[in-house]
Amino acid sequence: MSSLQTAVRRETGTLLEIEDLATHFVTAGGVVRAVDGVSFSLEHGQRLGIVGESGCGKTILSRSIMGLLPRRNVIRNGSVLFEGTELTTMSLKDRQKIWGAEMAMIFQDPMTSLNPVMKIGKQLAEPLRIHLGSTRENAQEIVLKLLQDVGIPEPEKRLEQYAHELSGGMRQRIMIAMALACGPSVLFADEPTTALDVTVQAQILDLIEEQCRERNMALILVTHDLGVVAGHTDQIIVMYAGKIVEIAPTATLFSKMKMPYTEALFQSIPKLDEPSHTRLVTIGGRPPNLISPPTGCRFSPRCPYTTDKCTSIEPELQQAEPGHYFACHHPVGSDRWNEVQVSLGRRTGGR
Amino acid sequence: MAGTGQAHLRPDALLSVRDLVVEFPVGRTGLKVNAVSGISFDAQKGETLGIVGESGCGKSTTGRAIMQIPRPKSGDVTFDGQNLMQADAETIRRLRTNIQMIFQDPISSLNPRRSVRDIVLEPLNIWKVGTKEERLARVNKVLEDVGIDPAVAADRRPYQFSGGQCQRISIARALVLEPKMIICDEPVSALDVSVQAQVLNLLEDLKRDYSLTLMFIAHDLAVVKNISDRVAVMYLGKMCEIAPSDDLYRAPAHHYTNVLLSSIPVADPTVTVASHRVEGEPPSPVLPPPGCRFNPRCPAATDRCRTEEPQIREIAPNHFVACHHPIHGGEAPVTVRTTGT
Repeated sequence: MSSLQTAVRRETGTLLEIEDLATHFVTAGGVVRAVDGVSFSLEHGQRLGIVGESGCGKTILSRSIMGLLPRRNVIRNGSVLFEGTELTTMSLKDRQKIWGAEMAMIFQDPMTSLNPVMKIGKQLAEPLRIHLGSTRENAQEIVLKLLQDVGIPEPEKRLEQYAHELSGGMRQRIMIAMALACGPSVLFADEPTTALDVTVQAQILDLIEEQCRERNMALILVTHDLGVVAGHTDQIIVMYAGKIVEIAPTATLFSKMKMPYTEALFQSIPKLDEPSHTRLVTIGGRPPNLISPPTGCRFSPRCPYTTDKCTSIEPELQQAEPGHYFACHHPVGSDRWNEVQVSLGRRTGGR
Repeated sequence: MAGTGQAHLRPDALLSVRDLVVEFPVGRTGLKVNAVSGISFDAQKGETLGIVGESGCGKSTTGRAIMQIPRPKSGDVTFDGQNLMQADAETIRRLRTNIQMIFQDPISSLNPRRSVRDIVLEPLNIWKVGTKEERLARVNKVLEDVGIDPAVAADRRPYQFSGGQCQRISIARALVLEPKMIICDEPVSALDVSVQAQVLNLLEDLKRDYSLTLMFIAHDLAVVKNISDRVAVMYLGKMCEIAPSDDLYRAPAHHYTNVLLSSIPVADPTVTVASHRVEGEPPSPVLPPPGCRFNPRCPAATDRCRTEEPQIREIAPNHFVACHHPIHGGEAPVTVRTTGT
């Protein structure tokens, strides 16, 4: 770990503090409230998963934290504190010093994220030379070490290759190596394995986990796949229509989920331990339009437990136990929930 | 393990595929992509056959080869007693009314400039089924069956619908000629989990109501298990294992099936991650490894696997595997035949 000493961080404390973050896009059809008042914090070395369906704002949330948003037609609000520094008011020039060095990101499609006409070695050395001022020789040495760390066979040969000469899994490993190059304290991974095959996905998830642990690096893993976050995070945020609807430590979320949306999302996945032809529980309707979201609870039009209260009063996040918050008037286990379960049980009995 | 053989075929199947070979040339290099290399399987009437495998294993090519798009290089495809490989273009055109396909991306598989009614009506117009009124009545019936309200939706165009609704419209279009079989090529991969569940349930209902036979091609093993009666696992253009789905998932015999199953991320943090990880990625189908095609990545590979291609054989009732050293079911008997690929 020659010059990767920078990678080893202070062990504890709050790394990121997000307060009432909102990102709205001005479009011809109206203002799209993609992220609408999100607050949470992330500790050093903590691995956080953000899950939700397409269009729930999970990607925009991670980009809003980094500040990777278009300059025009965007309304931003709220605060992002990174190790005590406010990022939302920072100049672009200052933010560029943080991107790559302190906060790194990997994306879904490794092919389009790599430069197709630049050799792998040069691409990997670029952040080192820019952020750490490494010399060519020094950078080369670190790059070789990085390629070994991410499990790339024959690293010397790869330095001279282009992205198109590598397989999808190999490209994603290169992306990870590039993200790790300057020893960031937080890695944003936006659907990092969605484009990969299941056996390769398992390898990449293991690699990300191993690197987070070794470098005490925090992780924000954005995905639609509850299976991916279950095995690879400490804490999970469930988003729906631009809001956090539930946030809990991973084990708690799966064993004691409170929000009916989390429950429905979980139930709608086909499971390997159920016999074939098991009837799946579906969520009726579709995610709401974020230009004019429903009043009250945004999930109420699709929720089986909805009452008048849900359509008129928006539920605030409330605490179930320390660290576990949910936004619902009739959570899993409540009287209303039990009542509907009984009536549903009658209707779907025998299946 | 990826091997050949026909021990698992049944005489009374609706669709029967024998020794199917599909190859594509690689530019002018003289090389070829061995997309599908001698696979055999069948599907009985009313059955759902799932086909799983990683990208590049030839599962979509197999689906298309059954439809004769493009014509396979060799092999036999028999549907409802008729050999499609020897049939002329007109016969195949007529037969395609009985085998329909639905695709992964529902939005791009619908004509954006036509109304939903026209899209679903077109097959009926082509085949001049009944009078105009009868055709329209049939379109409305099919749209209702897939959960689209014809009164509201029939005059709209595909871009006005979500992905899940477009997939329903694709299904309606496939159903309108009342086919015997539908080949579904990754029909739910582009959909969110909540919508995916709706479409899977819909396919189950339609299969019953229209007495369909389904071939369900997907990479998601949990999805395939949910919908299939039997599941076939493919690797690099070869068949690895074929068994009733509950048997296959409970007791996989092929090492590749086992690796696939243990690679799936499970939505339960209390499940300890299995250690059956596999190194590397599938090799190129241009130069597949000799012997068993899975041998370079297989944890149990021996010299025999590197030289002799395994033949498919029955190791338990209806459970077929092409592997010399399966996880259960005993070693393959030694044969004199050796196949280099």
